[in-house]
Amino acid sequence: MKTGIVGTGLVTPLGNTPDGVFSAVREGKSALSLHPGFPEPFFASLLPRPAGREGFFGRIALQAAESAIREAGIDPEDPSTGLVLSTIKGEIEQIDQKDVSLAATAAHLAAGLGVTSSPIVVSNACISGVAALVQGMRMIRSGRFRQVIVVGAELQPPFVVTGFQSLKALSPEACKPFDASRVGLNLGEAAAAIVLKADEGDWELVAGAIRNDANHISGPSRTGEGSYNALRAVLPFVEKKDLAFVNVHGTATVYNDEMESIALGRAGLTDVPVNALKGYFGHTMGAAGLLESILSMKALEAGIVPATRGFSQLGVSVPVRVSDKEQPAIGNSFIKLLSGFGGVNGAILLRKGGAR
Amino acid sequence: MKKTSIPCPSPLTQLYRQEVGDYPKFFKMDVLSRLGFLLTERLVGTDENRFQPREDRAVLVFSREGSIANDRHYAESMKDFPSPSLFVYTLPNIVAGEIAIRNKYAGETSAFVMEKYDEEAIFALVKEAFQDPVTQSAVVIWADCPSDTLWDARGWLVDREEL
Repeated sequence: MKTGIVGTGLVTPLGNTPDGVFSAVREGKSALSLHPGFPEPFFASLLPRPAGREGFFGRIALQAAESAIREAGIDPEDPSTGLVLSTIKGEIEQIDQKDVSLAATAAHLAAGLGVTSSPIVVSNACISGVAALVQGMRMIRSGRFRQVIVVGAELQPPFVVTGFQSLKALSPEACKPFDASRVGLNLGEAAAAIVLKADEGDWELVAGAIRNDANHISGPSRTGEGSYNALRAVLPFVEKKDLAFVNVHGTATVYNDEMESIALGRAGLTDVPVNALKGYFGHTMGAAGLLESILSMKALEAGIVPATRGFSQLGVSVPVRVSDKEQPAIGNSFIKLLSGFGGVNGAILLRKGGAR
Repeated sequence: MKKTSIPCPSPLTQLYRQEVGDYPKFFKMDVLSRLGFLLTERLVGTDENRFQPREDRAVLVFSREGSIANDRHYAESMKDFPSPSLFVYTLPNIVAGEIAIRNKYAGETSAFVMEKYDEEAIFALVKEAFQDPVTQSAVVIWADCPSDTLWDARGWLVDREEL
């Protein structure tokens, strides 16, 4: 059984339709800017806030999911429709006001969408989006569900911003993935949704894997062990000539990008174009795997490898082919790569050409 | 299939001293990681060639409340000075990472949140995790901690053939 992609939806600071957001990316736009902090200012890509913040997380998740469902033409109430929510901190902003468990947030989202099956939350740090797509694929392959709505969403409340500030992981300016002068990441807000369906769709989610570094809870492996092993698990499903690019995690921290270059080198991928999207959206955490997959799909449909905004001079030890400007894409497939706290790494392989 | 559980309340540091004793990182862990760690020690402590790096064992953790107990500690620290060491435990999957580091498990580690304890729902997901052809066995943890002193903690060691 094949797992196809039949619908996508986005809510981002650069727009709320996949085509519109992709156009903005091609034009080199970004919403990364300086925001007053708690108390330190921070550089991030944030969504415009409505007057009432309460329920904002639920609204953006719902909006992205509804767009994807509309495109997919599926019935959320069908008992064979599953729901997977990918988020790290969900509604943590309201920790003092209500039940902020991710389970409650997912139940609320399911009710809003009219989904009748029990939702599941994948909260696997920064790889959550990729891990949620892997989970959705498994739910279809096992035959438990005919279609699965996978929704990723993240806001950047003081809880998260101060945490990254305390770790000294934030860049004081727009991030520079893989660049020699990169100094850290930017946080970003977004919601993104993908509807998976058995044996339908113009794109196929071919394979995916999750691997641990078994090294450190908050630092990447120096050998790229988990990222390499995740890549190694999906590479047998694609011929290298068909692999148009690897869309890396590329957070622009010194250690992440170095680790990814080592993993790509070990996997024999130094001649495949590599690009990162964090320079447009920052690190959207639970939304990143979905947002970056959707834009990579749009890029391949347009026949291009997107430019890596913020990158100019290679600053990693392995000579990977970072795409500094837009270039023609050769091949029908791409790999989406992510890594995160807890030593987790994820890779998925997507192929254009149909899952029918 | 091996099974174990840690009743609530239990003196976790005392359990650590009695049952483990050689891994001082335990004292840095939040309650969720301590529970997952202790459950796993019981499940895999007698494994042959333990600590040989391996990719064929997954760690799958489940809960309703995720990292909420530690989230409250971090939120409290924000009022004064946000603590980076508390912040890194504000993720429901760190417990899986701690187990992987201790045991040198380079396989899949995943964290799931669901509405309530439901063994059937948990094992449907466990079974699906075995779709990864590399995974031959899995440490499965249900550790639900609304606070430092309130939990439901159970663990299983599952082989592919047992499902």
